[in-house]
Amino acid sequence: MSGRLSTMAAALVVARRDFGAILFSRSFLFFLLGPLFPVLVGAMAGGVGQRVQQSADTPQLGIAMEEQHVDAMLAAHKALAHRLGDALPDLTVVRTLKPGDAFDAQAALTSRRARVAAILGGTPSEPILTGTQARVAQWQGPVSMLAAHALGKSPQNYPEVSLSGVATSSAGERRSRLLTAQASQTLLFLLTMLLAGMVLSNLVEEKGNKVIEILAAAIPMDAVFFGKLFAMLAISFVGIAVWATAGLGLSVVAGSALPDLPPPAVGWPIFLALGIAYFSMAYLLLGSIFLAVGSMASTVREVQTLSMPATMMQLMVFFLASYAMTQPGSPVEILAAIFPFSSPFAMLARAAQDPALWTHGAALGWQVLCVVVLVRAGARMFRTRVMKSGPARVKPAKRGLFARLRPARA
Amino acid sequence: MKMDLRDWRVAGNAAIAGDAALAIEARGLVKRFDGFTAVDGIDLCVPKGAIYGILGPNGAGKTTTLRMLLGIIDPDAGVRRILDADRPHDVAHAIGYLPEERGLYPAMKAYEAIAFVGALRGLPLKQGRERGRALLEEHGLGFAADRQIRQLSKGMAQQVQILGTLVHNPALVIFDEPFSGLDAINQGRLERMIRDLAEKGTTVIFSTHVIAHAERLCDEVAIIAGGKVPFAGPVDVARDRIPPQVRLETREPDGPWRAALPGDARKDGSLWSFSLPASGVEPLLRALIEGEAGILSLSIERAGLHDAFVAIAGEAAAKALEAGETTEDAR
Repeated sequence: MSGRLSTMAAALVVARRDFGAILFSRSFLFFLLGPLFPVLVGAMAGGVGQRVQQSADTPQLGIAMEEQHVDAMLAAHKALAHRLGDALPDLTVVRTLKPGDAFDAQAALTSRRARVAAILGGTPSEPILTGTQARVAQWQGPVSMLAAHALGKSPQNYPEVSLSGVATSSAGERRSRLLTAQASQTLLFLLTMLLAGMVLSNLVEEKGNKVIEILAAAIPMDAVFFGKLFAMLAISFVGIAVWATAGLGLSVVAGSALPDLPPPAVGWPIFLALGIAYFSMAYLLLGSIFLAVGSMASTVREVQTLSMPATMMQLMVFFLASYAMTQPGSPVEILAAIFPFSSPFAMLARAAQDPALWTHGAALGWQVLCVVVLVRAGARMFRTRVMKSGPARVKPAKRGLFARLRPARA
Repeated sequence: MKMDLRDWRVAGNAAIAGDAALAIEARGLVKRFDGFTAVDGIDLCVPKGAIYGILGPNGAGKTTTLRMLLGIIDPDAGVRRILDADRPHDVAHAIGYLPEERGLYPAMKAYEAIAFVGALRGLPLKQGRERGRALLEEHGLGFAADRQIRQLSKGMAQQVQILGTLVHNPALVIFDEPFSGLDAINQGRLERMIRDLAEKGTTVIFSTHVIAHAERLCDEVAIIAGGKVPFAGPVDVARDRIPPQVRLETREPDGPWRAALPGDARKDGSLWSFSLPASGVEPLLRALIEGEAGILSLSIERAGLHDAFVAIAGEAAAKALEAGETTEDAR
């Protein structure tokens, strides 16, 4: 005879079976590949877009003057370029005029033959800037400086400016950490939504196979639920590992196309560890709800109907956590950190913005407690509402979704 | 007030429980679903080592009772004790269970499926795999050990599941409608398997709506109808609930001997049928001889379990049971 299993040991038996079964299934391969396609297409589109933007977003100032004026203007541009930086537009010669030549700048701009944003004509002493109103307003100052320098009317010696740099300002730091928080929250949300959905169909399959009664007779229902959650969590880590590897590969290929996030308040190593912990908690919390939903449903269609409220709730929770992130220390942020379903999101955002660590210990403890309570409640609901039998007594009004609740034959 | 099984026995129910070591004791089990009472105060005492049948028509409450005993669902009222434990999951490692709705993972190989069921009952996987293969060989299914469940016939898959129920060598085996879906040959094999288990000291409980299986196999039965158990005890005691039937054929069609026949006597051709009077066979014989009946033949037949079922559970339950048997035969 065999020995008695503890709840966790029993959960591991279920988890091991589920993990193996899912990992080596065809659907898991498609599940893995699924998100890679949009990422790949996105990265490629981003790379192409960046090149297009680079070429489109570098407007040049055309110059159409007599030769000596062109030379003077180009020399002035060269002298001022390093002092004015981005304020000074690139200068390109559209046409070198001979004395008496006429040049219609407006016609040149309208015909789009000249690939410049504005054209500078006339002479350095009487420059004429032709372009759109916004462009003319933008370049009016730099052009007059250029012209003045070409005429020798601007200071030849500029005083040296001593530079004293700071890494960041408090406002800048807050803004950049907010960006990290936002990015991590969004990633967490997408991952949990993507993976929690897989739990749903899992239990439906189990009920379809009629294995559930064997499980329920041998081990506590809590262990079945925990086992399924652990298996899916492990599967999700495999998925994340694959996606992260693919992402890393893409970052090597795409280089600067990928965002460069500012460091979080707790530092990258702790932030990543917390990210994994909060992902696990967010997933377990959502998964326990979806598992309870899945246990109530007997078909994929029922699952979709029943899971809709849970999905909506998750969206609302994400919005709450996103809003709370912008109000650190406010009652809304504290509420988001305490409410179990938004807690992982809110706390991860907090890790990006606040270096304190004790709050994360407390939050993780609270979240674990909530997972246990939810799983137990789901298992209890499953036992009381689903594992029922008795003579079939179908009322005409009870059909479809609710037909499942009727007693089965004994 | 919640009642403990010890209180129940102290309160004068020791006779029901008896002195034998019990694999299962249940008292006053009640289960309601949406206001419908599926099981209504069932008492059960299953001795260790016995083959015990739970006999009743479909919808009588057999599966619900078994699920309560196994801890799959909790009773709304009543107490249960299984292998000396109050919580069935505490002794799950010593129990094997075959549910009415058979279920296995279609992608699993046969020996893995057996090992998995064993693992759920605490048997290490490695050991479970070895025993799974051995059991399959032993039962003539060695060739199917490495086949996926989806590649097996329904009957073979059912046998795999039965072997999974036994892989961890349980002290108590509970089968819910085990003969359902099996052909005659495999039903015979299963009957032999149940007898073998009992010989080794394993307690076997099975539910059935087929009286013949219960009659052939069981030491004791619980007759269940409408969520109640009107009888629970040895099969012989159930049969003795109705008196033996006398079949009498006489040379004389009428005469003073007719006064010796009881009120329920009915004639079918030349044959009289009636219940053996409580006074026994000797006074009846004397009266027939003295009344010059001219006895051609006289036989006394002990009541079968079917007759006992009719007498105990009522005509309606018997008809429901027969309907179930007919459906089963049609499968």
